[in-house]
Amino acid sequence: MFANFDYDVIWRSLPYLFYQGMTFTLLLTALATAGGIVIGTFLALMRLSGVAPLSVPAAAYVNLMRAVPFVLMIFWFYFLVPYIGQWLTGAAQPLQVGAFASCLITFTLFEAAFFCEIMRAGIQSIPRGQMAAAQALGMTYPAVMGYIILPQAFRNMVPVLLTQTIVLFQDTSLVYVISVTDFLGAASKIAERDGRLVEMYTFAAVVYFVISFSASRAVAALHRRVAIIR
Amino acid sequence: MSPGKTTGKTPGTSPMIEMAGVDKWYGAVQVLKACSTAVTRGEVVVVCGPSGSGKSTLIKCVNGLEPFQNGRITVDGVSVGDPKTDLPKLRARIGMVFQHFELFPHLSVMRNLVLPQVKVLGRSSAEAAAKGKKLLERVGLAAHAQKFPGELSGGQQQRVAIARALAMDPIAMLFDEPTSALDPEMIQEVLDVMVGLARDGMTMMVVTHEMGFARKVAQRVVFMDDGRIVEDAPTAEFFDNPRSDRARLFLSKILER
Repeated sequence: MFANFDYDVIWRSLPYLFYQGMTFTLLLTALATAGGIVIGTFLALMRLSGVAPLSVPAAAYVNLMRAVPFVLMIFWFYFLVPYIGQWLTGAAQPLQVGAFASCLITFTLFEAAFFCEIMRAGIQSIPRGQMAAAQALGMTYPAVMGYIILPQAFRNMVPVLLTQTIVLFQDTSLVYVISVTDFLGAASKIAERDGRLVEMYTFAAVVYFVISFSASRAVAALHRRVAIIR
Repeated sequence: MSPGKTTGKTPGTSPMIEMAGVDKWYGAVQVLKACSTAVTRGEVVVVCGPSGSGKSTLIKCVNGLEPFQNGRITVDGVSVGDPKTDLPKLRARIGMVFQHFELFPHLSVMRNLVLPQVKVLGRSSAEAAAKGKKLLERVGLAAHAQKFPGELSGGQQQRVAIARALAMDPIAMLFDEPTSALDPEMIQEVLDVMVGLARDGMTMMVVTHEMGFARKVAQRVVFMDDGRIVEDAPTAEFFDNPRSDRARLFLSKILER
């Protein structure tokens, strides 16, 4: 398999792989993580609110997103989002969102469900006495959440949130189903064009491994620094 | 009695904290039964009793941390159970100290003191910091202002918690077993702060087992058992002449040590 290894093809295609492919992958990961955490935190607050009109839809949403295969979601949203957009904005024709936007919406909404569960666990891990003490000082619910509970929950959950981000980073390769080019997609294209499957796929695997592994190590180091001493 | 008004106090001789006929259920279990008592301005009342008697629950009802189903509780004339009452605003005027200190561990000691003042009372950072510094000096912890709660001992944390409550300039302070989670050698430093507060005229309602403290500064002792207030008497009378058998039994066990 490695007898005829052509390192040159890797070297030649680096600009395309990284400028075209990796930037897409990293951008999608970063934006979907940020959006997912924000929406996920809101969903977690809705689930924990104790108010049925908030907690029931939030729970239903999370359960739905976690019950359907991600690939199906990507496909479905790609075809569905233009029609939803048309319905929401009352346009005459289905809204053209473009592949990247469609991916971004799908990934953000999908990951929000997972981040919701992570933040919910984080919030529930904060001792109840913290809420009681903050309320006893006269803080309102938004103030308690904003200054006392969420900062602690977030810091507690940093390792889990980042692990989920690493998973998201790897999941971005699923965009191939709607013919969008991410890093793996770029490597595939080169592989097929030049007939160098072994080289390109091995290289892609190594790159994914190096990034994911480094990120895991960084997570561990970060957690040591932000952990709250109780 | 003002009929459920949410602003202003009834002038004259109205007690600072007043409760009448308070009942509370946790599901099917009744944990408070017809509790009625009062704490006047500047008075120190100790609430004691065996565990499970409802004393912590009672004190948590005073600032609305626990709801109650029947009866009435007023603080400075404001009804706690009234849905129209602005509860956060009322709570800002009542200080509370918890058994497990409940300092905010992600904030420094100084920030613990400053944050509630700034966010709830709207004071400027400078004003809040100055007040915080003064209170830390009062409880003997000025040198620890930039430390985090996790770096302090239990006794130190509880003193910071008292300072945090005092920073809000409360009209009354509630203490829920403030020394129960402390190692014996740290109990005295916290009690000393509380004695100082009492001597300065703070209205205090203290759930505790520390009978020495009760004898020193409490004007009255309220004894609870099984959700009921069994005795409510001036301190000396309670210790020398308990009227009920349950109180006598409790005292004999407590004072054995």
